[in-house]
Amino acid sequence: MAGRHLAGEDATGAATGSTGDLTRMSAAALAEALAAGTLTSVEVTQAHLDRIDAVEGSLHAFLHVAHDEALATARDVDARRAAGEPLHALAGVPIAVKDVVVTKGMPTTAGSRILEGWVPPYDATLVERLRAAGMPILGKTNMDEFAMGSSTEHSAYGNTHNPWDLDRIPGGSGGGSAAAVGGFEAPLAIGTDTGGSIRQPAAVTGTVGVKPTYGGVSRYGLIALASSLDQAGPVTRTVLDSALLHEVIGGHDRRDSTSLPEPVGPLVESALRGRTGDLTGVRVGVVTELNGEGYQPGVRARFDESLDVLRGAGAEIVEVSCPHFEYALAAYYLILPSEASSNLAKFDGMRFGLRVEPTDGPVTAERVMAATRGQGFGDEVKRRIILGTYALSAGYYDAYYGSAQKVRTLVQRDFTAAFERADVLVSPTAPTTAFRLGEKLDDPMAMYLNDVATIPANLAGVPGMSLPNGLSDDGLPVGFQILAPARADERLYRVGAALEALLEAQWGGPLLDRAPELPTSAAAATTTAAEGSVR
Amino acid sequence: MSASTHGGTAGSVLVDYDDAVRRYDPVIGIEVHVELGTATKMFDAAPTEFGADPNTQVTPVSLGLPGALPVLNRTAVESAIKIGLALNCQIAELCRFARKNYFYPDVPKNFQTSQYDEPIAFDGYLDVELADGTVVRVEIERAHMEEDAGKNTHVGGATGRIHGAEYSLVDYNRAGIPLVEIVTRPITGMGDRAPEVARAYVQTLRDIFRGLGVSEARMERGNVRADVNLSLRPTPDAPLGTRTETKNVNSFRSVERAVRYEISRQAGVLDAGGTVIQETRHWHEDTGVTTSGRVKSDAEDYRYFPEPDLVPVAPSRAWVEEIRATLPEAPVARRRRLQTEWGYADAEMRDVVNAGAIELIEATVAAGAAPAAARKWWMGELARTANTEGVELADLPVTPEQIGQLQGLVDSGRINDKLARQVLAGVLAGEGSPEEVVTARGLEVVSDDGALLAAVDDALAAQPDVADKIRGGNLGPVGAIIGAVMKATRGQADAARVRELVLERVGQG
Amino acid sequence: MSTINRDEVARLAGLARIDLTQDELTRLAGELDVIVESVARVSEIATPDVPATSHPLPLTNVYRDDVPEEPLPVADALAGAPSAEGGRFAVPQILEED
Repeated sequence: MAGRHLAGEDATGAATGSTGDLTRMSAAALAEALAAGTLTSVEVTQAHLDRIDAVEGSLHAFLHVAHDEALATARDVDARRAAGEPLHALAGVPIAVKDVVVTKGMPTTAGSRILEGWVPPYDATLVERLRAAGMPILGKTNMDEFAMGSSTEHSAYGNTHNPWDLDRIPGGSGGGSAAAVGGFEAPLAIGTDTGGSIRQPAAVTGTVGVKPTYGGVSRYGLIALASSLDQAGPVTRTVLDSALLHEVIGGHDRRDSTSLPEPVGPLVESALRGRTGDLTGVRVGVVTELNGEGYQPGVRARFDESLDVLRGAGAEIVEVSCPHFEYALAAYYLILPSEASSNLAKFDGMRFGLRVEPTDGPVTAERVMAATRGQGFGDEVKRRIILGTYALSAGYYDAYYGSAQKVRTLVQRDFTAAFERADVLVSPTAPTTAFRLGEKLDDPMAMYLNDVATIPANLAGVPGMSLPNGLSDDGLPVGFQILAPARADERLYRVGAALEALLEAQWGGPLLDRAPELPTSAAAATTTAAEGSVR
Repeated sequence: MSASTHGGTAGSVLVDYDDAVRRYDPVIGIEVHVELGTATKMFDAAPTEFGADPNTQVTPVSLGLPGALPVLNRTAVESAIKIGLALNCQIAELCRFARKNYFYPDVPKNFQTSQYDEPIAFDGYLDVELADGTVVRVEIERAHMEEDAGKNTHVGGATGRIHGAEYSLVDYNRAGIPLVEIVTRPITGMGDRAPEVARAYVQTLRDIFRGLGVSEARMERGNVRADVNLSLRPTPDAPLGTRTETKNVNSFRSVERAVRYEISRQAGVLDAGGTVIQETRHWHEDTGVTTSGRVKSDAEDYRYFPEPDLVPVAPSRAWVEEIRATLPEAPVARRRRLQTEWGYADAEMRDVVNAGAIELIEATVAAGAAPAAARKWWMGELARTANTEGVELADLPVTPEQIGQLQGLVDSGRINDKLARQVLAGVLAGEGSPEEVVTARGLEVVSDDGALLAAVDDALAAQPDVADKIRGGNLGPVGAIIGAVMKATRGQADAARVRELVLERVGQG
Repeated sequence: MSTINRDEVARLAGLARIDLTQDELTRLAGELDVIVESVARVSEIATPDVPATSHPLPLTNVYRDDVPEEPLPVADALAGAPSAEGGRFAVPQILEED
């Protein structure tokens, strides 16, 4: 990979652009500059830490910032580079990690009170790979508690704010990672996607997010939400950056039984190829069922314009029908709570994390478990655990969990049929732009409907990407979703990079350049943090 | 469980066993858990060393830490297939693991990863031989893989750190150890022999586990644990009665006693017009009774669902056949073959079986001893020693190979039986091999005629009057001379040879 | 088909080992009733001829060799424990039988 010209002219332009700020550079551009010796990792990492210190009060994207560890890694990488050691392409490029991924020696809470203060004794496989690549970890990003939510409002540690409008949600569950990348606190971040938690936050923050094929990135060390749906992936500002990060974290892991046996595909090559803007011969399928009612007019308009761009690049646009997708949301809200009710059983105050004793009556293991879980879990987590317990309980299994697993089969069959007619499928990522903080907090079903377009991919295990394709009438970013067959993630990168290149040519630069400047004063930080904790 | 529910026979009395089985038909069902002897756990590469310090055999997986994931142990699957085949089961073409969800502090994930409706082996049988040679076929419903739980140690209140209350300490070394659970179909028609059948079944399983090499199968370490289900019905054609499940019956004798006790107890309940409660009961080794545990109710809702973190197991038929080809023969068939080969009487073979000495004798014969001699050692001198010391024959500090060598020394005339017992004592005392003990203790039979002649001459010279009588043709006192020679050689002379030499010396030879 | 009342939520909370307040019981009963009614439509198309999918991708036979790895140092194993004693996790008195 070394020696490949990744950044090209655009990135060089960004590096010397209006701000001259290292935090505005893409990861690819930073990697090239580091390899060329024009920047050091300490400079790059320090610049991002400074940016975090400046805007974190506005965004609250992080639950933990690892100043010292990040700089130590940066110094180490700089020393190894100076000594002429061969290094990974992204060596020295800093990254933020969603707090659902365990990090040895660094607090990991999954956004929950029940894990407050827990310091894992081991690293997730993907974290091992980041460390092995020499990437400084800036810290852990905020999220909905145990990744349950679409707004990051269900974090036990306060809201994260959307960099485009601080009164709005940054999406969820990975709102912290999306806001950190969209707010230039980190060039790269790790997210996890169980029903859209990478793609939907990317859509509403104007960033790029990829959910790889199920099994493409190891789940070892991801605090499980729904084991058969969870998948970790990149959150970045460019498609190429996602490809670069995906290649670092992807590939077989013997510690995850569901890990695909093959190495990760030629993702960076596909992204570079896509940037030429030529999609001749590529069949793009528009899913009828994901293009109907309920979309904000601006979201629909940008989607239709993007189809025109793809058509202009030589792609053939076909319409495909996936009739069972309308049942996907219902199946998802049975499978996820069921698996979650079991996965979250281990949080009981016996071996790690919070322990709460009952206020009266005997102190028994049973009562301490119940008290710990009653106080340690937030409302949404309780809601879903109870729902999952119901769906799995004797007498209901066939009607609920069993039926949902059958819907899963039907959704997979829809995908199989659709991919016979199209190489990739496309839709808007989310039905609306970012909604206001608090707007849907009291209406769980309305919140759940956010995921209607992203969920089918998780049920079937196929890969998906969201990339920005413009601003809606409200001036907020809109996301475009691309889906590919399982184990064909490279198609996302080719089509995504092509669309990105053509759109940026129209816009005259990245969409994020149009985001408002964030307040950076310490006073602003204090005020916003206080507001953020009011729920 | 509370103290008030302990009296399982409240309101009724135990019925005399013989009377009970005359009037009721017992039906038994047995669930046996065997811990596999793998080097690592079922889903986790943590080691499985017995007796290690607490929580030193754990990884994030066996502790159920957030983020940890299971990966299945290939050897454990192979062992489960071996057990299934040895029990004449079908081996599933595809089966999955399931999560059994329940909260308990020794279950780190608060679910046990097990197999629910898709066991790896099913529909088998096992032929079991009773003490009188009767063979009973026990039908096997299923054998499935699962993981063991950790161990709780209860700590009294006085020294407690948790608000001075009673508390427990948990060690997760055992959590995740691979288990295979074997479930029988209801065993009917055994009448008064039901307890004996239960015991023989568990004993035969133990032999199979050892024969297959899948487990050390040591009852005293809890490697093999039996849960015994029992119900009574008035007649063999009546529907099955309500059953109780007596948990963790961990010796052969206890299996037999627990079944006997439950038959007497349930007969008492039924005689008094009561109904047997479906419940878990606990076996008390010391008092020989079962007491009421947890009542099984509809509230017990394990919410099983397929384990998403493990992929299905689909053993290829080629692999299954490869494993089948390595299986040793079934215990009953093997016993019959060995009995014929060894020429033992039925009663002798039964004693050998009951003493758990088959493998020991087989190995001793393989080491060169005649079958009769091998039996004589293991069922005689060694059985007495084991009995005195309260250990199993197999646990004595002597190997079948050493017994073979010992018998070889006897057969070659280098030692006699009396010396052989001293040599064995030396081996058991850790003094080395039989050869080494012979050398170290100087126990070899003196077969050197020169040395013997000198002793004979000394004896004759010391008792001239006796020597004269013998010379005179009176052979009566020759024993006195032989005795003197044996004494002088500390029993290491061959008495027959001494007699020949004495007679030769006095001209009577 | 859904009838999730407060008693049912209380039973489920017991199974799930979560203490819920009276307010939570009432609120959850209402919310879950709506959610369950909405998701129950999966049974409309889940006909007997459709097989269930438990794993998104059809992998089988993923095994590990029976070779031990270095266990966690006992200090690391116990580091996150709310209470520990003598190398073991200390937990409150266990009343229910296994």
